[in-house]
Amino acid sequence: MNKIFPDATSALEGLLHDGMLIAAGGFGLCGIPELLLAAIRDAGTKDLTFASNNAGVDNFGIGILLQTRQVKKMISSYVGENAEFMRQYLSGELELEFNRQGPLAERMRAGASGIPGFYTKTGVGTVIAEGKEVKSWGGQDYILEEGIFADLSIVKAWKADDTGNLIFRKTARNFNPPAAMCGKICIAEVEEIVPRGSLDPDMIHLPGVYVHRIVKGSHEKRIEQRTVRRKESA
Amino acid sequence: MPWDRNQMAARAAQELEDGMYVNLGIGIPTLVANYVGDKDITLQSENGMLGMGPFPYEGEEDPDLINAGKQTITELNRTSYFDSAMSFGMIRGGKVAAAVLGAMEVSEKGDLANWMIPGKLVKGMGGAMDLVAGVGRVIVVMDHTSKHGESKVLKECTLPLTGKAVVDLIITNLGILKVGHMGLHIIECAEGVTPEDIRAATKATIV
Repeated sequence: MNKIFPDATSALEGLLHDGMLIAAGGFGLCGIPELLLAAIRDAGTKDLTFASNNAGVDNFGIGILLQTRQVKKMISSYVGENAEFMRQYLSGELELEFNRQGPLAERMRAGASGIPGFYTKTGVGTVIAEGKEVKSWGGQDYILEEGIFADLSIVKAWKADDTGNLIFRKTARNFNPPAAMCGKICIAEVEEIVPRGSLDPDMIHLPGVYVHRIVKGSHEKRIEQRTVRRKESA
Repeated sequence: MPWDRNQMAARAAQELEDGMYVNLGIGIPTLVANYVGDKDITLQSENGMLGMGPFPYEGEEDPDLINAGKQTITELNRTSYFDSAMSFGMIRGGKVAAAVLGAMEVSEKGDLANWMIPGKLVKGMGGAMDLVAGVGRVIVVMDHTSKHGESKVLKECTLPLTGKAVVDLIITNLGILKVGHMGLHIIECAEGVTPEDIRAATKATIV
């Protein structure tokens, strides 16, 4: 079975439909599936809901799909870096479901793992708990959260072998594994595809059972906040 | 003289103990890393890293290596990486000993508001609600009063909460307040600041 596709557009073939829920990996602009997002923009699929920690910036990441008005709703924890997002949200064109970052990751992991609901103490006593079922254990309240079951997962990894085993790099791992796991189909875009046997099985971050299609490409990997220190002079 | 940002950060660093795993928020809390001295402190970044190092030298920035504030950083020889689900698992599960965070308001019961001002731009809570609900000890570092001179330490928070009864210690430019059962306790005053000064600047119960 061949999981390798020549480019992002062909990797998405037959998987896109209007109104679908897509789980996307990445934190800020780090480890985002930039090639697949560009291909979804080119495909013109509409009324998309994205479960993604952030919404990119105006001209990169999910931001490019906001510019083309292809996004109906975002399920995110932080969206502060995107002016067009704010404009569409404040004018009522875009729905936003704020999730705390931990439950967002856990909702993906749970949905992927046959766990439709779980309880968390995060957010107890805040507006986020309003309207949600609360249960008490040992005198501590917990809020019910539901697993996320996405139609499609799009993620960015560093390396894949041809069976779809993935390795991520540094903090570009972030939401990619839980996002990859919670979709019916997962496409991973990677910087390198190596033959089976070349990755140490003990070093695999996400096993290929979760990954259905792989595409290799060259990534811009934009830096959001470039912070440096000076070398102390000797 | 009230403490400046660096003095507040240095004082917060004194609260951290050898061997602790700690999460530092954005702003003044980030400066705390500069003052841990010889203590063996491992910094957690909730985007999936333990053992956060300083900013990289110019030209050595790595787009795959950022902190939760999306700034480029470096790794140390103790560093480990993991995904967001595990990252918040260790936060929620109480494995991270302490968090040092900024705040807009703190109540005398330890309620914290630091994510939203109604009617203004709402950016999202990110991981703040998870941190305050999960970590062992929550230390707030902030100016005692707002730009308009109003107390940020209150009987009740007026802004939407990040967490209820979650703050343990409040470090401000005027001194240090501990959240106790009956109200706040003054633990320490900045040089030249008296307990009366702190009481006068605080709209909350100080016992």
